[in-house]
Amino acid sequence: MRIDDLTVRYGAFTAVDGVTLEIPPGRIVGLVGESGSGKSSVARAVSGLVPHTGSVTGASRIQMIFQDPYASLDPRMRVGDSVGEALLHLPRRARAAEVTRLLGMVSLPPETAPSYPRELSGGQRQRVAIARALAADPDLLVADEITSALDVSVQGSILNLIRSLRDRTGLPILFISHNLAVVRYVCDEIAVMHRGRVVEHGHTVDLVSSPADPYTRTLLEAVPRLRR
Amino acid sequence: MLRTPAAIAGAALAALMVVLAVIGPPIWGDAAELVNAGAILQGSSAAHPLGTDNLGRDLLARVLVAGRYSLQLALAAALIGASAGIVLGALPSVLPARAGRLVTGAVNALVAFPGLLLAMFTAVVAGLGARGAVLGIGAAIAPGFARLTQTLAASVSGADYVAAARMLRVPRHRILARHVLPNIAEPLILNLTQALGGALLGLAGMSFLGLGVQPPDYDWGRLLFDGFGRIYIHPEVALGPAAAIALAGIGFNLLGDALARRAARTPVRTPRSRQERPAAAADAGETEPGAVLDVAGLTVTFPSGVTPVRGVSLSVRPGEIVGLVGESGSGKSLTAAAVGGLVPYPGTVSHERLRLCGEDVANLSRKQLGTSLAMVFQDPMASLNPALKIGGQLAEVAVVHQGATREDARRRAVDRLGHVHLPEPEKQAARHPHQLSGGMRQRAVIAMGLMGDPKLIIADEPTTALDVTVQRQILRLLREVVEESGAGALFISHDIAVVGELCDRVVVMYAGRVVEELPVDRLADGAAHPYTRALISSLPDMDTDRALPLASIPGRQPAPAEVGAGCAFAPRCPLATGRCATDRPALEAHGHDHRVACWEAS
Amino acid sequence: MRRPLIRRLVRFAVSLAVLVLAAFAMIHLIPGDPVRASLGPAAPVELVETRRAALGLDLPPHEQLAAYVSGLVTGDMGTSFLTGEPVTAVIAARLPNTLALALLATVVALLAAVPLGMWAAVRTENGRNRGTEATFGSVTSAVVAIPEFLYAIALVAVFAIGLGLLPPAGKAGPESYLLPVLALALGPAAMIARIARVETLRVLGTDYVRLARAKRLPAARLHLRHVLPNTLTATLTLGGLLLGSLIAGSVLVEYVFAWPGLGGKIVEAITQKDYPVAQGVILVYGAIVLLVNLLVDVVLGVLDPTSAIKES
Repeated sequence: MRIDDLTVRYGAFTAVDGVTLEIPPGRIVGLVGESGSGKSSVARAVSGLVPHTGSVTGASRIQMIFQDPYASLDPRMRVGDSVGEALLHLPRRARAAEVTRLLGMVSLPPETAPSYPRELSGGQRQRVAIARALAADPDLLVADEITSALDVSVQGSILNLIRSLRDRTGLPILFISHNLAVVRYVCDEIAVMHRGRVVEHGHTVDLVSSPADPYTRTLLEAVPRLRR
Repeated sequence: MLRTPAAIAGAALAALMVVLAVIGPPIWGDAAELVNAGAILQGSSAAHPLGTDNLGRDLLARVLVAGRYSLQLALAAALIGASAGIVLGALPSVLPARAGRLVTGAVNALVAFPGLLLAMFTAVVAGLGARGAVLGIGAAIAPGFARLTQTLAASVSGADYVAAARMLRVPRHRILARHVLPNIAEPLILNLTQALGGALLGLAGMSFLGLGVQPPDYDWGRLLFDGFGRIYIHPEVALGPAAAIALAGIGFNLLGDALARRAARTPVRTPRSRQERPAAAADAGETEPGAVLDVAGLTVTFPSGVTPVRGVSLSVRPGEIVGLVGESGSGKSLTAAAVGGLVPYPGTVSHERLRLCGEDVANLSRKQLGTSLAMVFQDPMASLNPALKIGGQLAEVAVVHQGATREDARRRAVDRLGHVHLPEPEKQAARHPHQLSGGMRQRAVIAMGLMGDPKLIIADEPTTALDVTVQRQILRLLREVVEESGAGALFISHDIAVVGELCDRVVVMYAGRVVEELPVDRLADGAAHPYTRALISSLPDMDTDRALPLASIPGRQPAPAEVGAGCAFAPRCPLATGRCATDRPALEAHGHDHRVACWEAS
Repeated sequence: MRRPLIRRLVRFAVSLAVLVLAAFAMIHLIPGDPVRASLGPAAPVELVETRRAALGLDLPPHEQLAAYVSGLVTGDMGTSFLTGEPVTAVIAARLPNTLALALLATVVALLAAVPLGMWAAVRTENGRNRGTEATFGSVTSAVVAIPEFLYAIALVAVFAIGLGLLPPAGKAGPESYLLPVLALALGPAAMIARIARVETLRVLGTDYVRLARAKRLPAARLHLRHVLPNTLTATLTLGGLLLGSLIAGSVLVEYVFAWPGLGGKIVEAITQKDYPVAQGVILVYGAIVLLVNLLVDVVLGVLDPTSAIKES
């Protein structure tokens, strides 16, 4: 899966300026940057939600998980129907079985299927959103700030889920976050975005221990740390 | 769904009108047509309570019969207007972008145009009569409906769940049928009631001007037209139709109001709760000498019995930054609001002790409070008054509380802005808030706090809305300000890493109570409460072992209404015993400067 | 600031052009022959032909439009079918009376409604005083629901006919303004009061007001300096839109009070099929509405420093 020379413009404003990025199979590539760096526009362009120039090759079934699990599920649709919407080609019974399997993959009990989103917690909703994305049998998952609307105590379990999905399915994942510590923990590689461009891209350990770009260094220094 | 008296009255009136439309003509139809040459143009009498018209027909009967026609015409106009409007409103999402913008522009221009003018235009073209009036009023209703449809459709089709469905390659018609329509149909249908009321009044107006229904047909407006000519002799002949129009108008409007409000509201249920026992007094502890803030037994209760803050005690010493951490719903922000005297109305604050610099807050004057307390909120975009220049907002405290002249206050404001390292403070003072970046605004808010003589700075998530690099600068500034002014600071945050970096002491809250209080250098390794430890280990930082799964806490924090008798954390706690579920542990000393509320703390 | 102003002017010019086109088209959209329709089936053919020629109806449409537009530029809007007076003269004589009524009503409505709405908001903030909230809500929505011509009739019945205190119709001294202005202002005032309350509640909930409260500012200063200016944008926007509907309402009120304004004239022109007058008056009404919207836009641009940003 490869992104080549991706550019996104909103009117006269260039949000993403010629981004090239490769996401190898079975790896989580993190995209980090501050607000306005263009990282979310990359996510939306890769998912085909905003007009862009440049090419996205090697993946045809791209699914995205959104930041706000309260806005990304139709409030008038049962959880099972939302997850099953990608499975309309299956007969009813097979579809129900598949929904149960998918809910299981994100550690939700089958009883979740008939409930409405408003009955679930933020963490549970985000799991439903992940299950819905998986239902489309994606070959790339785009996760856009998926834990920033969640409490810290819930965040960990979602991050673990993302990592275990990669381990179990080998699904490549583009993981977008403003939080460098989260990206460092989850991702195999990190790409740093600044003003619409990728300023540095490398393996997580290398990039964190010996950043080459001055902006990456600034970003790393700004991450708050507990004094030990 | 219709709980307010106004909504009930509206529904009753509207129902009455519908009943009248159904039963009116069969019952009074003959009486309304009965010509009586002996009783022409009479005023009110026992036989004809509302008088008679120029053919001696009974006006009361005619008013009762005219209801059906009035309502029919209004319904026709409302339906024409609503259908045309929905089509117009849906067009931009189907048409190519340029044509869509054209339609949107036309609709926006028409919305501003008074309906009656459109209706008169149509009346000229289509000729006098009911048909012209109905078309005209329909045309007048359409733009508003088009705008409503556009707004609703835009908000729904911009929603993440529609984007998700599009990515799932759900066919377009199915997205429309399953996601868009169900989420906009209800408000559209409910707004039809309002449109019906509007159409009824519009048509009445047209007929009243003689431009609508023409004889021998009659609706309420036409009856009023006839009656108005005789108002100097028999005012009562105008009364019947006028009352009918007014009642119908009020009925449909009140009902429409209630329905439209219901359509706009998202169904949020507030939890009802059990009554909480009075907060235990044992937490109070001793006064902390020399502290800038000394709080004991602080409780915030809402009338429904919900108690989001329960007996919180904490203190802040001069030059010290105390971090107050907890997840959303822990009561930390409300604690800060209570200390600042800003708890919103239905909430009531009680405390055993609330002292600022050793003085009971109740004894402090507005001036003392206004100058010695500085507050900083989360969203720097929202914390400054958009209508006032930065300099003027800062100068305010000095003018109001310190009796400074405008010129002195302004000079001091510029000086304070320079103090928080805003470049070119003179220039910034003359600017409006929207001309500053988020980080600069937060500096200006901090400078505002420094206008007085701050003893305590309350900062409620001041860096949450900022980028990490800006966050770092603001944290440095806060530390600098505290060290220079000798004020104490209460720093509220959900991010224990930020607190760990900035603060001297940390107070951890869970479900409205303080569960642990410890010096910051013990946070990483010396935390005693299982919740504090779980919070730290679930937060990934730059040293987290990537080979291990991240810790997370199962379950969720109980809502204020769900807190029971025992330790609120017990259901999620790996160390919990039977005792934890029934008896709440008190906050007790656990080494130097360290207090913890846990039976199992080691 | 300058760019949005130019954009607004362009928008105004385009709307005005569309309006002129619509007014021109109005006569042509009338099914059949407007002159015949106006004069009736009994009128002699020669008269109809003369009238048609005088109106230029026998010319090709584009020449008619050109003639109409050039006429407008020179202040020529044709002559009345009924009286033979120039339409421009009819309008010039009556427009000031209509404007006086509408402007007075707007001022009265704003002066009464904004303080009322703010007072209701402060009193009912966060669900305080639920009784006040319910009363305010149902009273204003009932007042809004009653059309202005019913107020006009009721006021005439009570104060002019019943009590004989004020003149029932016509424009004479200052006291003759009282009832029409009141009839016209009541509904918009209730509407603006509702908007002002909602806006005030919104502003009362903002962080900058919390901050102002934390500074322990006196209540008067808090409300007048921090709350009021920030509620005005939305209140005036909707107030401006209401002014448009108020001009329409003036037609009905003028009719009731036999006010010598444009309203009575247009009703007469439509019922008597005096098309040149109807066309002229509708054009003037439309132009006034457009002008009011432009003015509201410009005033807001000056008042609200952030609107320049919202625009882009």
